[in-house]
Amino acid sequence: MPRPRPLSPHLQIYRPTLTMTMSIVHRITGMGLYFGTLLVTWWLLAASSSPNAYASVEGFFGSFFGRLVLFGYTWALIHHMLGGIRHLIWDTGHGFGPHEREWLARATLVGSVGLTILLWAIGLLVVGGSR
Amino acid sequence: MKPEGSSIRTPLARVRGLGAAHSGTGHFWRQRLTAVANVPLVIGFVVIVASLLGRNHAAVVQVLGSPFVAIVLLLFIISVTTHMRIGMQVIIEDYVHDDIPKLVCLLANTFFTVAVALTAIYAILKLSFGV
Repeated sequence: MPRPRPLSPHLQIYRPTLTMTMSIVHRITGMGLYFGTLLVTWWLLAASSSPNAYASVEGFFGSFFGRLVLFGYTWALIHHMLGGIRHLIWDTGHGFGPHEREWLARATLVGSVGLTILLWAIGLLVVGGSR
Repeated sequence: MKPEGSSIRTPLARVRGLGAAHSGTGHFWRQRLTAVANVPLVIGFVVIVASLLGRNHAAVVQVLGSPFVAIVLLLFIISVTTHMRIGMQVIIEDYVHDDIPKLVCLLANTFFTVAVALTAIYAILKLSFGV
């Protein structure tokens, strides 16, 4: 008669840590980007269709809500990319030490927020300059 | 799972070519392959979008249809949709345990990612060939 398998503690048992939160955020940003590709496809399809179709996409992306969505998409894209690089480093067997993994998690977060703000600052300057 | 010792097959022989996805390590490898490809392709995509900010439809069509930009976009779409299909499959396999809902989710995942990929590819080719 085999003994029942031991149950591992579930997510809510642990005190949340930064690396744990980052793991969940990596998955959530991945899911966001999954549906975010609809925006990319919509943009490409509109550009290939007609000036009118493109104008309606531009209208949405230029609105407050549209910009909010695009800002979120930009951050999710960069965060998931930096998080993915972190995973690729782990795949080589490096970066698992307590200090290294904390440092990598902080670098990913600071990098994604910093790069997103930088990209949008450049973007708003470009749009502001041409209109 | 059977307890150890009830079979003369080694653990490796039991999992080789099988595993939870019934297909070995193919997805694991392809997810890393597309992750590595996504890094330069996402940077390329961001640069392309940034260079088109504030441009009118005619200028956008001309840039998106130029060979280098179109090829980068095609590679971006193929790599990203492959990556996101596997990523979403992992999420479904983690959280959806009953057979029928899992099957429906996996089918929907494939339909969605293939539809997104083909729509975007169609738009890019249309922009390139100008039909």
